[in-house]
Amino acid sequence: MSVLEVKNLHVSVETEQGTKHILKGVDLVIREGEIHAIMGPNGSGKSTLAYSIAGHPKYHIDSGSVTLDGIEVLTMSVDQRARAGLFLAMQYPVEIPGVTVTNFLRTAKTAIDGVEPSIRQWVSTVNKAMADLRMDKSFAARNVNEGFSGGEKKRHEILQLELLEPKFAILDETDSGLDVDALKIVAEGVNRAKTNTGLGILLITHYTRILRYITPDFVHVFVDGRVAEEGGPELADRLEDEGYDRFLTTDNVTTDSQANERVTSQGPSETSVG
Amino acid sequence: MSAATTTNAADRLGIRAHSDGGWDAPSTRTTPVQTRSDRFSSNIHDDFAIVVGTELEWKLTPVAAVRPLIDDALDGSPYAYFVNGSPGVAVEWVDRNDARIGTAGTAEDRASANAWSSFEKALAITVSGDEPVELTLSRSSFGPSARGAHTLITAKANSRAHIVLQNDGQALLSENVEIVVEDGAQLTVVSVQEWADDAIHLASHFATVGRDARFTHVVVSLGGRVVRLNPSVHLSGDGADGELFGLYFADAGQHFEQRVYLHHQAAHTKGRVNYKGALQGVGAHTVWVGDVLIGRDAAGTDSYEQNRNLVLSEGTRADSIPNLEIETGDILGAGHASATGRFDDEQLFYLQARGISEAEARRLVVLGFLSEIVQKIGRSDLEERLQLAIDAELATGTSA
Ligand SMILES: Nc1ncnc2c1ncn2[C@@H]1O[C@H](COP(=O)(O)OP(=O)(O)OP(=O)(O)O)[C@@H](O)[C@H]1O
Ligand SMILES: [Mg+2]
Repeated sequence: MSVLEVKNLHVSVETEQGTKHILKGVDLVIREGEIHAIMGPNGSGKSTLAYSIAGHPKYHIDSGSVTLDGIEVLTMSVDQRARAGLFLAMQYPVEIPGVTVTNFLRTAKTAIDGVEPSIRQWVSTVNKAMADLRMDKSFAARNVNEGFSGGEKKRHEILQLELLEPKFAILDETDSGLDVDALKIVAEGVNRAKTNTGLGILLITHYTRILRYITPDFVHVFVDGRVAEEGGPELADRLEDEGYDRFLTTDNVTTDSQANERVTSQGPSETSVG
Repeated sequence: MSAATTTNAADRLGIRAHSDGGWDAPSTRTTPVQTRSDRFSSNIHDDFAIVVGTELEWKLTPVAAVRPLIDDALDGSPYAYFVNGSPGVAVEWVDRNDARIGTAGTAEDRASANAWSSFEKALAITVSGDEPVELTLSRSSFGPSARGAHTLITAKANSRAHIVLQNDGQALLSENVEIVVEDGAQLTVVSVQEWADDAIHLASHFATVGRDARFTHVVVSLGGRVVRLNPSVHLSGDGADGELFGLYFADAGQHFEQRVYLHHQAAHTKGRVNYKGALQGVGAHTVWVGDVLIGRDAAGTDSYEQNRNLVLSEGTRADSIPNLEIETGDILGAGHASATGRFDDEQLFYLQARGISEAEARRLVVLGFLSEIVQKIGRSDLEERLQLAIDAELATGTSA
């Protein structure tokens, strides 16, 4: 039984204005086959958590640990983490000119497995996965993410998820910018990956609509760099109705004692940064 | 001299995007003080003053290294070459008084004039008929002594040909290549420099492109100590089309320079210039100058030029200087872009996040960056071989 465990994670970035502390003690435990939704206001640090687990060099780990089956991943390089079984579906996938999807997928699969996949079988696996995600065959010959629409980029991320078969996947707003049909297709892909490989999922989202298709076992409310509340799927519905106001206090950045003081005049995005 | 040159001086040491354009930004025109077509030219060595190294056309070149080619007597006798290709192409040595000599251009610098004054016979490659033909001319035995050479490439009216000039081995060579693309012809000339590490090669390519003719010129520089290849292309017939591509990979201590001149002389001509280069290792230096002149009679011209450099390590220098002169108001479009940048860390992260090692990720990105030009070569065997050659360049470099 695989486990991904985040313990008391503190992360900062260097900005022109100085060091900015973003994650302020994150604790999470995700087991094989579990789906954890993370919801929280803009700027609360959700992508930072995702990038920090994946190893993006911009984010500095101040303290804490992230272990995969008991092994520390924070000391691993980005590619080692991926080979250990972590996958990040990015909020903004980058374009890579001159590198075709076919070449990229084969190179990635070879790197993850340590051996080149048998050509025949691989081609049919890729074709089927693309068909499942309603991606036209022509994407195979195109350059990675180049000229892809927002929705196409997201499908391409899920295509990689299905083909690379990680143990744990972090989906950073994979649902954003998808129309209803695409949302269903992407959700099916994620569910397939879970069924086929026992994938554990950390699903970052702003919307409950994706949770109708991907049912979370746990919902975490992420505010100001840490998990402010945890619950079951019902918590998501409550957030949809109430927003994040009750988690946002005028000075929750510096103290934690005023949980009842509501900020009513401001939206979450303005208050969360503090 | 030109405003553009002054503006771009800052780029030489840095790795910033060119000041008047991002990767894709169309930009404003920049006009040199002297019209490009007015530059002094002569085929006589002594007509050019002694080069001190601060001259506009020499100041970015390691003049000391190329000095013998600028000043010394050059051996202009015929050399050994190897031809591989269709029977439809004639390759022969012709005399200095051949009527075709001098029809495509005139030397614009002292080293070029030195070669012009020195050659005993010109190697003439002539394409006729209307079946498409391919030819590879391999030259690998110039040896270490200073040489001058002259080549004449003629694509007769309505002919179609793809010609590769493949350069290997030792060389201390100054040469001129004249290319005449007659009306309605379609010609590709690819000049591949894979010289030995100590080779010095100065070349001027002069082309005239006739009515409704199409000319593709590709410069690939991977090997040699100093390679300076300056193509001047005149779109002289109405509806002529010129595509000038370049690809270079400079390692430690290598100097690769290309001064491109694209002259839209006639109406409804279309020009595309696209040079891409990678630099890796201390002392790797590349120079790209792109002069585009849209003349008074070039109504309806469509022109775009760009240069992009990818810097892979510290200690490199990429000069990138576009100049665009427009003498008519009646054009379809004209623009330029120039940018020199480091490796994109986000691309690297994306690939590594899929399990691909850093070295392999770099390789993919660089090959991807350069492949846009490789794909323009139009000969799959050569394209494949160059991909491997670029791979080898990367492997010998300082990449992590
Ligand atoms: N490289 C960086 N430089 C400066 N600030 C950064 C950097 N990365 C993140 N931040 C800041 O850290 C905070 C958290 O950003 P993050 O992207 O993690 O938020 P998020 O919860 O994913 O928001 P969203 O819902 O909008 O995607 C924001 O205030 C952001 O501006
Ligand atoms: Mg985010």
